[in-house]
Amino acid sequence: MSDPVRRRRWVRAVVVTALVVLTIVFVYPLIWLLSASFKPRAEIFDNRLVPQHPTLENYLTVWQSAPLALWLGNTLVVTALAATAVTVSSALVAWGFAHYRFRGRGPLFGVVLATMMLPGAVTLIPTYLIWHRLGFVGTTVPLWAGNLFASAFYVFLLRQFFLSLPREPFEAARLDGASEWRLFWLVAVPLCRPALVLTFLFEAQASWTDLLRPLVYLQDAATFTVPRGLKALIDQFGPGGESQWEVVVTASVITTVPMILLFFAGQRYFVQGIATTGTKG
Amino acid sequence: MGRTAVTTARPSARARRERTAGLAFISPWILGFLVFTAWPIFYSGYLSLTDYDVLTDPSFVGLDNYERMVDDPQVRLALWNTLQYTLLQVPLYVLVALALALLLHQAGRASGFFRTAFFIPKMTPPVAVGVLLLLLFNGEYGLVNEALGTIGIDGPSWTTDPDWIKPGLALVSLWSVGAAVVILLAALQDVPVELYDAARVDGAGWWRRTRTVTIPMISGALFFVTVVNTIAAFQMFTEAYSAYFGAGNSTYSNDAALFYVIYLFREGFAELHMGYASALAWLLFAVIMVVTAVQLLVSRRLVYYEGEQR
Repeated sequence: MSDPVRRRRWVRAVVVTALVVLTIVFVYPLIWLLSASFKPRAEIFDNRLVPQHPTLENYLTVWQSAPLALWLGNTLVVTALAATAVTVSSALVAWGFAHYRFRGRGPLFGVVLATMMLPGAVTLIPTYLIWHRLGFVGTTVPLWAGNLFASAFYVFLLRQFFLSLPREPFEAARLDGASEWRLFWLVAVPLCRPALVLTFLFEAQASWTDLLRPLVYLQDAATFTVPRGLKALIDQFGPGGESQWEVVVTASVITTVPMILLFFAGQRYFVQGIATTGTKG
Repeated sequence: MGRTAVTTARPSARARRERTAGLAFISPWILGFLVFTAWPIFYSGYLSLTDYDVLTDPSFVGLDNYERMVDDPQVRLALWNTLQYTLLQVPLYVLVALALALLLHQAGRASGFFRTAFFIPKMTPPVAVGVLLLLLFNGEYGLVNEALGTIGIDGPSWTTDPDWIKPGLALVSLWSVGAAVVILLAALQDVPVELYDAARVDGAGWWRRTRTVTIPMISGALFFVTVVNTIAAFQMFTEAYSAYFGAGNSTYSNDAALFYVIYLFREGFAELHMGYASALAWLLFAVIMVVTAVQLLVSRRLVYYEGEQR
């Protein structure tokens, strides 16, 4: 009689053990990185969890050998602008597609979906030429300004949320004489706040971690974002350079920590949101 | 839903108001689409038929760039590298994501904590992942080979041996499998419990239930993860570029890490062969379209969607 119960307990114990081991495997590289950033150069590869001779030296060295404060500032500005711009513009567009009926809406939304399939490589060069013609190559403007025009993925995501809203409150408010803008801004947006926060967080992560576009658009080290700066440090101190790994390691920590903080700030949005994109996609 | 309330005959003033408001709301996208998608596609097609170095005007050369691509050994190398990587990485990634999701699904209430743990690495900027690749997979001192050593395996030179560079990159990509796990887990949690009960009554064991109930029921999510990841694998750039390319002078050949987008980037922005790079982009586009189309066709037979609407 008690056999299935005991068996189930056994299975559970095995599952939990496996998950604990896997958790260690997944989190360990980050802890390793953090720990290595406090080790003197000679001990980086000792692979110890706790530094034998902990030191803040590396952070000082990095701070002196690279304009990190500037890079962090640049990235913060770009990230904030990119995430805000894409959230506002995608919300507007998603609301337009979700709430209003007009001729051509279906086909137009089909075009939105189709653009999601377009590899970024196809538009990379002409887009560069646009910013070149406008005189913005060498500045961080191309890293966020395109976000003012909404992004297909977020339009799709936000539309799903807007579609789930009941129509009655809007009809009622309309009869009371509310403008379309007020309906959107004062009724729809507050109701879909979680989805908007999610959009902001997703784009903040994408923008902070991007390397390709900073490589394309930025030449002067003073304009770098942190990932672009980290790449410069890898080139200078990494395998082909002076082999000062402690600098690269410490800069990697500085690049990564803001994203870990972002994750914990918006944890439930991230996990819930990703689950949604998969099941509704 | 909720639409039926207003299907009675609408005054045309109302319809006009809806159209005006709708178009006004979507206007940012229309503008962006024309400037940043439609025009670039058109212009990229034109550029692919020219020689263009940004400094002087494009000069029309017909199909020269495409002919050159056929003879360019670097194109062949980059395509082959990318294909090899994709064939290696995508099945591995999807299988690991599925295994982890199934495991998490068994964990019940504790799954939330572990799900978070699996997801955190996904937040790491790909450049930093490239750094971790170089350090942890270092053939001599790396943690990975040290761990392999404890179970008696002499690990390869992951970051310098051309035969092991792609497996190393594929393994490191598993570290950010968290998002796919979350998607598959959500799909697993949507499978109706009655189906399992019915299978259990029929005497199906865990493996049979997984094969005949679970996998078919989450095939939509599996397909989604596969397609998205295939497209991403074909455009592999940042991790490989951070680790193996750039201004730093490598002491060993990085040919094995020359992925297609890296070659395209170098042709376009280092060599300023913008016309040639545009042609390269179109080839990539064609390849991705064909692969995605094949996946869609195969999925028609393999993917089960509950109801006709997804």
